[in-house]
Amino acid sequence: MPVQDYIRKRFFPHIWCGGCGHGIILKGILSAIEELQLQKKDVVMVSGIGCSSRIVGYTDFHTLHTLHGRALAFATGVKFSKPSLNVIVPMGDGDAMAIGGNHFIHACRRNINMTAVIMNNRIYGMTGGQFSPLSGQGVMATTAPLGNIDYAFDTVELAKGAGGTFVARTTAYHYAEIVSIMKKAIQHKGFSVVEILSQCPTYFGRKNKMKGASEMMDFFKDRTTSIGSDAKKADPTLIERGIFVQKESSEYCENYDKIIEMASKGKES
Amino acid sequence: MEGKVKFVQGNEACVEGALYAGCNFFAGYPITPSTEVAELLASRLPKGGGKFIQMEDEIASMCAIIGASLTGSKTLTATSGPGFSLKQEALGYAIMAEIPCVIVNVQRGGPSTGNPTHVAQSDVMQARWGTHGDHSIVAMTASNIQDIFEITIDAFNIAETFRTPVILLFDEVVGHMREKLVIPEQGKIPVIERLRTSVPPGTDYHPYLPRTDGRLPMSDFGGEHRYNVTGLFHDMWGFPSEKPELVHNLMRHLIDKIDTHPNQICKTKQYFLDDAETVLVSYGASARTAMEVMNYSRERERKVGLLELQTLWPFPRETVAKYCDQAKRVIVVEMNMGQVMEQVKASVKYPNHVFLCNRYDGTLINVDDVKNVLRVIEGRGF
Ligand code: SF4
Repeated sequence: MPVQDYIRKRFFPHIWCGGCGHGIILKGILSAIEELQLQKKDVVMVSGIGCSSRIVGYTDFHTLHTLHGRALAFATGVKFSKPSLNVIVPMGDGDAMAIGGNHFIHACRRNINMTAVIMNNRIYGMTGGQFSPLSGQGVMATTAPLGNIDYAFDTVELAKGAGGTFVARTTAYHYAEIVSIMKKAIQHKGFSVVEILSQCPTYFGRKNKMKGASEMMDFFKDRTTSIGSDAKKADPTLIERGIFVQKESSEYCENYDKIIEMASKGKES
Repeated sequence: MEGKVKFVQGNEACVEGALYAGCNFFAGYPITPSTEVAELLASRLPKGGGKFIQMEDEIASMCAIIGASLTGSKTLTATSGPGFSLKQEALGYAIMAEIPCVIVNVQRGGPSTGNPTHVAQSDVMQARWGTHGDHSIVAMTASNIQDIFEITIDAFNIAETFRTPVILLFDEVVGHMREKLVIPEQGKIPVIERLRTSVPPGTDYHPYLPRTDGRLPMSDFGGEHRYNVTGLFHDMWGFPSEKPELVHNLMRHLIDKIDTHPNQICKTKQYFLDDAETVLVSYGASARTAMEVMNYSRERERKVGLLELQTLWPFPRETVAKYCDQAKRVIVVEMNMGQVMEQVKASVKYPNHVFLCNRYDGTLINVDDVKNVLRVIEGRGF
C-alpha cells in the first residue's frame, strides 16, 4: 500500500508552516508502518496538544487527539484495554516533557508496549514560541526574552533512567534513519521512546537567528553523529543519534495476563 | 428482591453494581475515602478477565478510562475531593468527545485536602461546573447500600445510552457504612449495551453525526471504521473545526442530549408527599436523617414528607416543583452550605418558603438538627 493511502487527504492542506519538520516525521512514521505492513485497523495514534499533535488527524488510523500532556495516559487505557492494537504516540517536547512528564516516566517504568515519538523542536510552536524543558540554557524564546536560564532535560537519559527498554534519537534531516528506527521501535516488545529533533523555523529559528528551515536542517546534519562515532570522540559536544537502549524485559499487558490467569484460578497474590 | 445476600459497605456495593453492569476496566489512584473501590476491583476484575490499573495520578486515571472506553470497554474510575478536582480536565474531554464512562466521587470535606476521613456533600456544584465551558452532566447519588448498587448500574446504563460521562456522588458515611445488599440474578436488572454502528465496513461512517433521535452509534477502536476523536469542536468525522455553525450545533447537541431526557435520567424517591405540608428535600446520607425525622413527625400526625433526590444533575426541577409548590414549607437537608438548596429555590414557585438545614463540620447531620429547624419554621419555638 503506498504511503499516501495512510493519509486522510480529506483533511489536507495541513496546518504546519512551510519548512516545519513535522511533515517529514509524519512521512517517516507512515513509511515505517507501511514497511511493517501493519493493517490500518490495527493501528491507533494518540497525541496531545501542540503543532506536533495535529499529526494524528492526518493519518487514516484510529486516531485520538487528546489533552495537553496526557496522550500517554489515554494511550495506556487504549493499549491495556485492547493489547492487540499497535499504539503510537507522537508528542511535542513541551507536551511530553513538561506537562506530560509524569505520564512519560511512568509509561517508561511500566514498560507497556507502545511507541512514544517525541518531536523535539525545543519550543512551544502552537502558542507562539515559549521555551520548553528541552530548550536549554541560552535559547531565546518569547518567555525568555533575555535568554533561557533553565537547564534542559536529555530525553534519552530521562527515558533510560525511568526504565525505558527501547530508547533512540534521530533528526528530521535523517529521514532514512527515522524509518529504520521507527520500524524497530514499533516492533519492540515494551515501551519504546524515539526522540526526533525537528525544526520550527517560524519560532525557534526566527528567535534564535537561524535563517530558515534549511539552515536548521544543516544543524542536524553537522551537529549530530552516530552513537560512539569517532566524530563524537573528537568533538564531545556533538549530539548522538541511534538506538541507545534495546533490551528485553517483561511487558505490562503480558504481566497482567498472568494476573488474570492466577485470579481466574482463584489464586490471588 | 431475591438474589445473593451480602453484608457490605457502600463502596463494595458500588463495585458489585459496576460488575453487574458489565464494567471490565478500572483505572484509579489511591485516595480516602474511595480507596476500597479500587482495592476490591483489583481483586475482582481479573477473575473475570477484566482489567485493573493503578495509574500514576488522578489525571492519568481519568484519561485511561476514556482511552479504554473507546476500545469498547465499560470503564470506571473512583476518587474523592482533591482527586475529583484533578479529573475535571479529562472529564470535560469525555463530555466533548462523547465517551461513555463512570466516575465515582466518594465526597469528603473540602476545599483542598480538607477533611479526608469525614462526611460532606460539598461537591454537588463541582460535579455540575467543575470542568470549564458550557456543558451538561449527569450526576447521581444514593442513601443506602441497595440503592448504591442499583444507581451504579443506572450510571453505566445512562453513560452508554447517552454517550456521556456519569458522576456518582456518594458520601463518606454511605461509602463506609455496612448494610444488607441483595444482588439479583444477572438479567433481573436491565443492563444497557453500547449502541454500535451498523454502517458496513468500507462505507463512510460518521461517528459524530447524531441520528434523528440524537444518538450516535459508536465503533470500537480496532474495528473496521477508523475515525478521529478530539477535545476540539469537530465535524461529523471528528475532525477539528471552528466553523461557527458547527460549533453552535455541537454545543446544542451536547446540552440537549442530556437536558431533554429528564424522564430517563432524573430519579427521585417520594415518601408521604401527597398531603405533605412540610417537604424535606434531601439526598445521600442526609436523606437517612431526613427520613427518620419524617417518620418521627408522622407518628405525631404532622404532615411531613420526604423527596429524596437520586439524580442531582440534570437537576430534577419538575419533580421538585411539583411536590414543593403544594407544600407550606420546604426544608433542604444537606451537608454543605446550601448547594442543592439554591437549586430548589430556583425550581419552585415560592423560593421564600425554602429553608436550609445543614451541617458542614464533618459529622453526619443528625435528627435533632432537623427537628430543631423544623420546630422553629413551624412556629413551635426552640
Ligand atoms: S509553529 Fe513551528 S512547530 Fe508549529 S507548525 Fe510552524 S514551524 Fe512547525
